[in-house]
Amino acid sequence: MALDIRGPKVRMPLHLHDKEAMRLEELAFQVREDIIDMLVEAGSGHSAGPLGMADIFTALYFHVMKHDPKRPDWSDRDRLILSNGHICPVRYATMARAGYFPLSELMTLRKLGSRLQGHPERVKLPGAETTSGPLGSGSSQAAGLAYAGLMEHAPWRVYCVMSDGELEAGQTWEALLFAGRNKLHNCTFIVDRNNIQIDGTTDEVMPLEPLAAKFEAFNLNVETCAGNDIRDFVAAVARAQSVTEKPTVILAETIPGYGVDAMEYDFEWHGKPPAPGPESRQMLAELRTLGGRITSEHQ
Amino acid sequence: MATKQTKGLNRDAHLARELFAADKLKRVPTRDGYGEGLVDAGAADPNVVALCADLTESTRTLGFKKAFPNRFIQLGVSEQSMASIAAGLSLAGKIPFVSSYACFSPGRNWEQIRTTVALQNSNVKIAGAHAGVSVGPDGATHQMLEDVALMRVTPNMRAVVPCDAVETRKATVAVASSAGPAYLRFAREKTPVFTTPKTPFKLGRAEVYRFGKDATIVGAGPLLYEALVAAEALSAEHKIEVGVINSHTVKPLDAKTIVRAAKETGAVVTVEEAQAAGGLGGAVCELLAGACPVPVERIGMPDRFGESGEADQLITAFGLSAPYIGLAVLRAIARKRGERVPDAPEYVAKARQTLEAMRRDTIAQALARTPKKWGGKLSNDTLKSRAK
Repeated sequence: MALDIRGPKVRMPLHLHDKEAMRLEELAFQVREDIIDMLVEAGSGHSAGPLGMADIFTALYFHVMKHDPKRPDWSDRDRLILSNGHICPVRYATMARAGYFPLSELMTLRKLGSRLQGHPERVKLPGAETTSGPLGSGSSQAAGLAYAGLMEHAPWRVYCVMSDGELEAGQTWEALLFAGRNKLHNCTFIVDRNNIQIDGTTDEVMPLEPLAAKFEAFNLNVETCAGNDIRDFVAAVARAQSVTEKPTVILAETIPGYGVDAMEYDFEWHGKPPAPGPESRQMLAELRTLGGRITSEHQ
Repeated sequence: MATKQTKGLNRDAHLARELFAADKLKRVPTRDGYGEGLVDAGAADPNVVALCADLTESTRTLGFKKAFPNRFIQLGVSEQSMASIAAGLSLAGKIPFVSSYACFSPGRNWEQIRTTVALQNSNVKIAGAHAGVSVGPDGATHQMLEDVALMRVTPNMRAVVPCDAVETRKATVAVASSAGPAYLRFAREKTPVFTTPKTPFKLGRAEVYRFGKDATIVGAGPLLYEALVAAEALSAEHKIEVGVINSHTVKPLDAKTIVRAAKETGAVVTVEEAQAAGGLGGAVCELLAGACPVPVERIGMPDRFGESGEADQLITAFGLSAPYIGLAVLRAIARKRGERVPDAPEYVAKARQTLEAMRRDTIAQALARTPKKWGGKLSNDTLKSRAK
């Protein structure tokens, strides 16, 4: 495909006003409460990743993306590909808050007959975009979608959320090589750089650094942001959209388990839910004080 | 000399005492047997090395890592490379065990296994954990059902599906000391330990666990226990005597034992927690079509993916438990007698109805508990996360 920089228009302003930023921050903490409630009801599932990515998913669904919850198959929607499917509770919670399906359905996570499968499934849940769980295939599917989008001069963008652990899978780099070669500037890869995976820290299991230099060597534009700072993330997305010669990787430096003291930075919380009772009550209380920044719990 | 046994449990199989007292049988996941067997194998041969792709604890490779830290190799999330790195290690005389979830290995890395392990006949052992629908709430992406077929159709590859933790331990030790590629399959959930250390086990040799003249069940994996339960029930309720064969080695299949049983009973049912096509069911059909064509019914996943749910729910909802095995036996016997049977097997149709009903009930129960914060009527404090 010959280079054609015509693609989705930059939608300005992405800039966040103070009031809007505060609203999104509070919403992200509500999403975190939903995540804890869902996981404890389900009795299994992943905790640290979803909590760490609550700000980014809130920003994507409530500020960045062009989408319509009532029309999940709207052809001009931006596509959000979740490659590391195991963090789907954060996607389900934000989708429900955005109006894709009734909030009550969050009660059914991981249960027999639910649309909210343990790992997300395109054929079950409209708006899930792809089926994922096994790591590494989201980046390729995002690249395929973005390639098709450029072929059609489509007005939509592709956002692909992926984990840092999944960068160990060779397929990710095959996809990024393709994305760089084809200058898929309508595609933004968002790496949840939380430094943990199942067996330990990424540094112990398989060191990834220098990451930014790796992406640059693959002909990608690299933006770094604090992944739990909604304003910083949105600014990184705005910079990504102004680059029309390369796809962008946003290295979002997140804190796994963000908002819950006992979980933060701890890889042991990668793949288990909080225990019902005192443990989860304590976590919810922390979240209701917005990480200790306010003294009284909101309702 | 004792007279040859013709019905009931095979005394020489040394199965667990009180086999059908569910509360007295120990329940241990087969993956635990892998962990123990891997340590045994490592102690027996210093060339044994264990590779893992970021799943050290859940695949139970952790015990080996602790016992032989210098012989444990962490790969991170890279199952494709892991298979071929193992092949490389084997070319230098190591005996690598490649551990991951079955959906990734041999799921994701099948081509690497095909070329660098099987085709060049490397001494690599593939250990697939969390196989079958019993991995439960994780859902279809992680419920590997095609692995037995994938491995069975690959030349040079042997495929072993042990039935409980004790047998998995024996199988792990056995493949370590037997040169060439092999696949070992095991599961996440606790299942009954119904064999004992005295139960005979030899790679490639099926074991008769129960004798019967009316039909034969050929099973592999933890569902073999369900097969024994079904056989007991058929004996008690229908006076039907069903043989049960543990065909843990799906490849090479023990043709002699299976053909002999097919000839003696004239009706066969296969049982496995995998796709009913291509796995043990496929292997038995291929064998019997050539050697002894008798009616065969296959218990397994009927060409569909799994879904989220609790392990025991799914075993029932997908028609893999003892009552369905019983229906399959009755159908096989009816066909043997030349009786008319419905085109669609009853055990498949009934499972489909059960699945629908269980889905409806499960979701209705969950939604009935919806709290105010999610649009329901109950207090938010009724959520489990807020339990006192």
